[in-house]
Amino acid sequence: MGGLINVFLASVLTHNIALTYILGMCPLIAISKNLKTAKGMGISVIAVITITGTINWPVYRFLKNNGAETISLLVFIITIAATVQLLEMLLDKFLPALYNAFGIFLPLITVNCAVLAVSLFMVNRTFSFLETVFFSFGSGVGWALAITLIAAIREKMALSSKVPSGLEGAGIVMVIAGIISLSFIGFGGIVNF
Amino acid sequence: MKLVRLRYTKWYQLLSRGIFKENPIYAMALGICSALAVTNRVENAIAMGVGVTFVLIMSSASTSLIRKFIPGRVRMVTYMVLISTFVIAFQLVLQAFFFDLSKSLGAYTGLIITNCIVMGRAEAFAVKNPVHFSVIDALANGLGYTFTLLALSIVREILAFGTLLGFQVTPDGWTNWVVMAMAPGAFFVMAIYMWIMRTIAKLDQEGA
Repeated sequence: MGGLINVFLASVLTHNIALTYILGMCPLIAISKNLKTAKGMGISVIAVITITGTINWPVYRFLKNNGAETISLLVFIITIAATVQLLEMLLDKFLPALYNAFGIFLPLITVNCAVLAVSLFMVNRTFSFLETVFFSFGSGVGWALAITLIAAIREKMALSSKVPSGLEGAGIVMVIAGIISLSFIGFGGIVNF
Repeated sequence: MKLVRLRYTKWYQLLSRGIFKENPIYAMALGICSALAVTNRVENAIAMGVGVTFVLIMSSASTSLIRKFIPGRVRMVTYMVLISTFVIAFQLVLQAFFFDLSKSLGAYTGLIITNCIVMGRAEAFAVKNPVHFSVIDALANGLGYTFTLLALSIVREILAFGTLLGFQVTPDGWTNWVVMAMAPGAFFVMAIYMWIMRTIAKLDQEGA
């Protein structure tokens, strides 16, 4: 159990998928203008990453046993697209309130590279099934943490500070992300895989 | 005179749009993940640039070839399948001939699939335009992407390791900026690069 918590903490703090591996930047820039939507996106990503990571582990095992791991990339992306589609349909049918709140984020998640990256990293690092579940969940939480932090800072900045015109939008997000990721380096060495 | 006429051909306009005015990275802020993650060494940046350009050209060409047969509802999935086919091909070539490079790029070659540029060009251009224009458009965007990667990686490799393509370029007393090889360095260099390029692009617009 200690090992699993270790994997979880490492994927949130020291190996944060957004701030150390620089993944999932497109939505991080596009949807971090205000805190409420950022939270919505964060929660959707946690759900999708956890589900797809968990599904892709047995899928990869199956492919490997049949000697077809070359096409695992293709299969992963199809699993992710299918999961997102299914999740959207299920939410629409059974939880319309939740669908209205999070529905718009779901199609965007298919092209969020953080989701695919979690599946690829899990293969590269040869995690066991339970480790994969904790790693996927942790990576999702880490990504959500990053987007929430950036959105909170951007919201405050929009009120009070002046940004040079060339640096507006994506540029200033890069600066904020850089500073946050510097501070995350401070976690280095606490936990590791 | 010939140059003036050249400026009004569609070929020229597509090329200049992809490389300068609508450069995928600094103007549209697309495909930033890989641009930041692999630019700690020039070598990696070149490999990634070649890979993305190859995948872009092939997927745009094939999307454009079958654009009349793709049903609107499943077009996203079609792009995904086409793109991942070419990405797998690139990955296998890299593993076969440049094993060290494929090791240092790691999972990021696979992540070309979710690079928004590739998907974006298929959806915004290739699906509506004939093959030859799609190829030119893809080439322009690929070059624009590679150009940005090179610019970022040259700065980062010199500051972080004191080398350029593995050769020592800084004087002996040089202290390496280790942070430049890590994520924060990538973010800061990208921010400064965007700032410079966007300022130049805006001046260009006012002049024209």
